[in-house]
Amino acid sequence: MAARLNPILAFFAIAAALPLFFGASGLFYDAFQSIFVFALVGLGLNIITGFTGMLNLGMAAFMAIGAYAFAILTCDIYPFQVGFWWGLLLAGAVGAVAGFLLGAPTLGLSGDYLAIVTMGFGEITLDVLKNLEAITKGTQGINPLPRPTIGGWTIELQDERSWYYLLLVLLGVAVLFVRRLERSRTGRAWLSIREDALASQCMGIPPKRTRMIAFATGSAVAAFGGALFAALLSSTGEPNSYDFQVSILALCIIIVGGMGSVAGTLVGAAVMVGMNAIVLVKIADWFGAGDSGSSSNVLASPNNWKYLIFGLALILVMRLKPEGLVPPRLESTATGVPPGPTVSVPPAGGRA
Amino acid sequence: MKKRLDSMELDFFLQQLITGLSNGMIIALIAIGYTMVYGIIELINFAHGDLFMLGSFLALTVLGVLGIDAWTGGGTWLGVLLLLLSSAAFCAGLNWSIERIAYRPLRASGKLSLLVSAIGASFILVNLGLFWGGLPLDVFAGGVAAAAPKDFPPLVPNTNLLGEDSLVQLTPKDLLVLGVTLPTMLALTWIVTRTRLGKAMRATAQNPVAARLMGIDTDRVIGATFLIGGALGGFASVIYALYNNTISFQMGYRAGMDAFTAAVLGGIGSMPGAVAGALVIGLVRAMSDGYLETRWTNTIVFGILVLILIFRPSGLLGSRAKEKV
Repeated sequence: MAARLNPILAFFAIAAALPLFFGASGLFYDAFQSIFVFALVGLGLNIITGFTGMLNLGMAAFMAIGAYAFAILTCDIYPFQVGFWWGLLLAGAVGAVAGFLLGAPTLGLSGDYLAIVTMGFGEITLDVLKNLEAITKGTQGINPLPRPTIGGWTIELQDERSWYYLLLVLLGVAVLFVRRLERSRTGRAWLSIREDALASQCMGIPPKRTRMIAFATGSAVAAFGGALFAALLSSTGEPNSYDFQVSILALCIIIVGGMGSVAGTLVGAAVMVGMNAIVLVKIADWFGAGDSGSSSNVLASPNNWKYLIFGLALILVMRLKPEGLVPPRLESTATGVPPGPTVSVPPAGGRA
Repeated sequence: MKKRLDSMELDFFLQQLITGLSNGMIIALIAIGYTMVYGIIELINFAHGDLFMLGSFLALTVLGVLGIDAWTGGGTWLGVLLLLLSSAAFCAGLNWSIERIAYRPLRASGKLSLLVSAIGASFILVNLGLFWGGLPLDVFAGGVAAAAPKDFPPLVPNTNLLGEDSLVQLTPKDLLVLGVTLPTMLALTWIVTRTRLGKAMRATAQNPVAARLMGIDTDRVIGATFLIGGALGGFASVIYALYNNTISFQMGYRAGMDAFTAAVLGGIGSMPGAVAGALVIGLVRAMSDGYLETRWTNTIVFGILVLILIFRPSGLLGSRAKEKV
């Protein structure tokens, strides 16, 4: 087991040391704050898709639900104002309830039908956020949001280094939680449902309830990430911050990182978000993006190459390492079952 | 439904019906491309909507290069035919190449790696669409604002075939949609049910390993499936552009999502199902746009999708998936 924890420890050790090499503010912090937030969303999706094998194309919706729940519970234009920490916790709880409500009628669906229901849920959530302006403030987003206080000390918005460590610690707590869960009775039930729903049902594991717990737990973790996303901005941002692209990014994070692997999710988030937020920005700088605004020639602006590079990278990673950068070590080797391509088995789930 | 419809309301209803059916037919052509690919290799081909987008860019380029004036008058229908054929050939070739480069090497490594590869291909196609819009051609407004939506010349007139004073509009555009989709679907049905290739496709979809043991070159069959699906996407791209007269490099997303939803709604893997699902979606969209608020249309479409799937978990015309033990 110790060998398996290593990539996770390495991730946190490196992340904890990095600010020593950078100043107290700048591009680096923006990028890493995004990496940590998306690592949380990825952890949630990894529970649903990685551990339990249910393809979810609507993770952005749960991130949005967390962000808006946090905003409505804490912003001073609403009557609740529960404060930062309660806001975070309750946002996670609201995410779990939302996951439960969506999951209850739909988790009986087989693989790709569930995928499209979650995609549709993402679209519906986006529409509701845009259109119910009385509650969600439409494209303005809800703001300002409270800053966290720890024993009388308040982390200001400009204090990027403190935010960095706050996020890192919260991510650490979430990783511990998910790792403990993975090894628990519930977690092992998730994996067995993913590997063979019928066989595990024969062993007395109720498939629907097990899937439901996974769905609600994953949604809660993603909502927690969404709440932090809003807290960082001190605003929910506009609803389009939670569109289908975000769900796709979350999916790419866990697949490129390695499905069903917590370490893989962390690495995947660092690679995918880091590429977006650091590498592409740097490339733009090197090629001197100063005159890109006029765009007399579309090829001249490096920003216009973003999707091409992103897409090529995705295809390349999948061709070179189809099982992801940090694939999970399969527990099944211990029982004499050869470690086949079980992780990438279709999320067959509830073929009724 | 006791309320009596007066003639104005009836006209409005008929109008939404026509719009909905025409849009539904266009979606159907794209949806067939999704469902064929899914049926044979269980891949949600994310790049398909963007392939459709590039098809319309090719059509506009062909128009621009050959000169738009050439198609006014009696030559219009010939011109439309040329556009249809060139876009279909282009999309078919591109779809085949994507399969060859991005999907085939990954087929053994599982469904989700394949899915991510398809997402990657989709990103690349969107980016190519952006570049394409920057071509220094008159039809792209000189390529100055590459990302802006492009006007597509109204080759097919918008005159009302039911007479000038009829409130219900039935235009040559609607006939174009019907005239392209119906024969295409009939031809496709013939290919799938009556030809050797169709038989090989069905066999490969049912059980690729057994099909290979029977001497079927499954790689070729899968390649052919991508060719056919791409060609249908090419047809759809031209009639979409002629119907709506505006195209954008971002339109593949919405079209793809509608078409994929249609494929699932009808029962993924089933071609009649994809058509049925597409017509339902086209109609629901038109009715929701007409009778409710446009901004809630997506919510209604997906709400209905979720409801239908809860009560019919395999889609409208899908067969119940069999238990594989």
